[in-house]
Amino acid sequence: MSDNPLLKVSGVSKFYGSRIGCQDVNFELWPGEVLAIVGESGSGKTTLLNCISTRLLPTAGSVEYRMRDGNFRDLYHMSEAERRFLMRTDWGFVHQNPADGLRMTVSAGANVGERLMAVGDRHYGKIRETATDWLGRVEISADRIDDQPRAFSGGMRQRLQIARNLVTGPRLVFMDEPTGGLDVSVQARLLDLVRGLVNDLGLAAIVVTHDLAVARLLSHRMMVMKDGHVIEHGLTDRVLDDPREPYTQLLVSSILQV
Amino acid sequence: MTDLATYNFAYLDEQTKRMIRRAILKAISIPGYQVPFASREMPMPYGWGTGGVQVTAAIIGPEDVLKVIDQGADDTTNAVSIRAFFQKVADVAVTTHTKDATIIQTRHRIPEQKLTEGQVLVYQVPIPEPLRFLEPRETETRKMHALEEYGLMHVKLYEDIAINGRISKTYAYPVKVDGRYVMDPSPTPKFDNPKMHMSDALQLFGAGREKRIYAVPPHTEVVSLDFEDYPFEIQTFEQDCALCGAHGVYLDEVVLDDKGGRMFVCSDTDHCEDRREHGHAGAMLAPNQEAAE
Repeated sequence: MSDNPLLKVSGVSKFYGSRIGCQDVNFELWPGEVLAIVGESGSGKTTLLNCISTRLLPTAGSVEYRMRDGNFRDLYHMSEAERRFLMRTDWGFVHQNPADGLRMTVSAGANVGERLMAVGDRHYGKIRETATDWLGRVEISADRIDDQPRAFSGGMRQRLQIARNLVTGPRLVFMDEPTGGLDVSVQARLLDLVRGLVNDLGLAAIVVTHDLAVARLLSHRMMVMKDGHVIEHGLTDRVLDDPREPYTQLLVSSILQV
Repeated sequence: MTDLATYNFAYLDEQTKRMIRRAILKAISIPGYQVPFASREMPMPYGWGTGGVQVTAAIIGPEDVLKVIDQGADDTTNAVSIRAFFQKVADVAVTTHTKDATIIQTRHRIPEQKLTEGQVLVYQVPIPEPLRFLEPRETETRKMHALEEYGLMHVKLYEDIAINGRISKTYAYPVKVDGRYVMDPSPTPKFDNPKMHMSDALQLFGAGREKRIYAVPPHTEVVSLDFEDYPFEIQTFEQDCALCGAHGVYLDEVVLDDKGGRMFVCSDTDHCEDRREHGHAGAMLAPNQEAAE
């Protein structure tokens, strides 16, 4: 891990009128690090994720990102063009529902190739080659390259969405409940895959989940949120094995044991 | 009481024409950019060229000579009625000869004969937004134009090659104008795309229902989008025109009977007639027309 953080989040708050979305969140994310944001439904996890990933303008605070040239830039002081360019090259966003992140009416190959074409790739053969390679890496067989995601199962769609996001070699990936809506065996396979990819590519990732097992498997560090506030923050194993806050203890003890 | 119905010259009132001219000037200044304008109701249904008619009405003067074509032909319903409309409301000279016209209003074709400096080609456009069927949100497509995010257009072309083995789009083939805006050249066959590039004539596009005007000024670069390994190419025809024998022009298929009989003739009727007058003859031209009459 390098000496400089990749992302600096300071004092981020989002209010919906008088209601709190999230309040005064501070953290730093280092390259290659996976941070999990956990908490129950309505605790502000997704609001926070959207604020960090420039999908939602925070009421207060700043989010700084270290660009490839090594300089920190405040995401909300960039032009929209720069921000959108960043989002489709250096970042990835994996939605809970693959239909939100995929183009359901174009083939799997075009889904993976879209980002390449967006950054100016104009050679069909090369785009297709890269797409085939990426489908292989997310365990989708090459003969499905011309099928539309509509013809894919939920797990395949989610894997396709991941391939589509990783094709430009991003340094930071946001994941919003990446395993939500998948059955347990598919979840396990997907988590295995994501863990492998994150390790191989040295990605930094912010994973929002209500599933502590996902956090345990994927993340190095985690933040526990409740009512818009970060109530506990630490190494994943520490937080899960030795929770300090009463709410975290409750959360950890409420995992179903089979 | 002879003139019961009196119109302002060219049907539209002067303020409306002024508004449309301002939109046209802006469109010429930013080649390929879709300028919104307050499209008026015209005495014809949407889809019949209300946008083109408004553009023509705004630029036409008493000295102009108007030609109207529909799918290349001067004698089809749309062409005849729009020509008659301007004869009535502007009392201008009309022609079917491409070279004599100063304003040519067209639906779906660019004349075969090379247009010259001073001529204006007015297109009737049904859907001006090239990204529309890929991205349904207007707010989003405007942003994509503003930020020059045109990757999606290539996704469509990629999809074509993946499914059909080639870029199968044959009309409304997207072009990039002056290295900046991606533009829908209205549903002209892609055969005509190269004619738009560095044209000597001014090209104006009017979409009445969608309330947009855009333009390609003379001598402007118009490049059809493609892939390096799948370059843009135009349609080619195996036959020559059955009437005038022309080669390398855009042909229409005409079904002759219910036994599979067909002929291929020039889509540009003026071009075809002109060639026949100059003694060219195709395979199916009656040998002696005077004798037949």
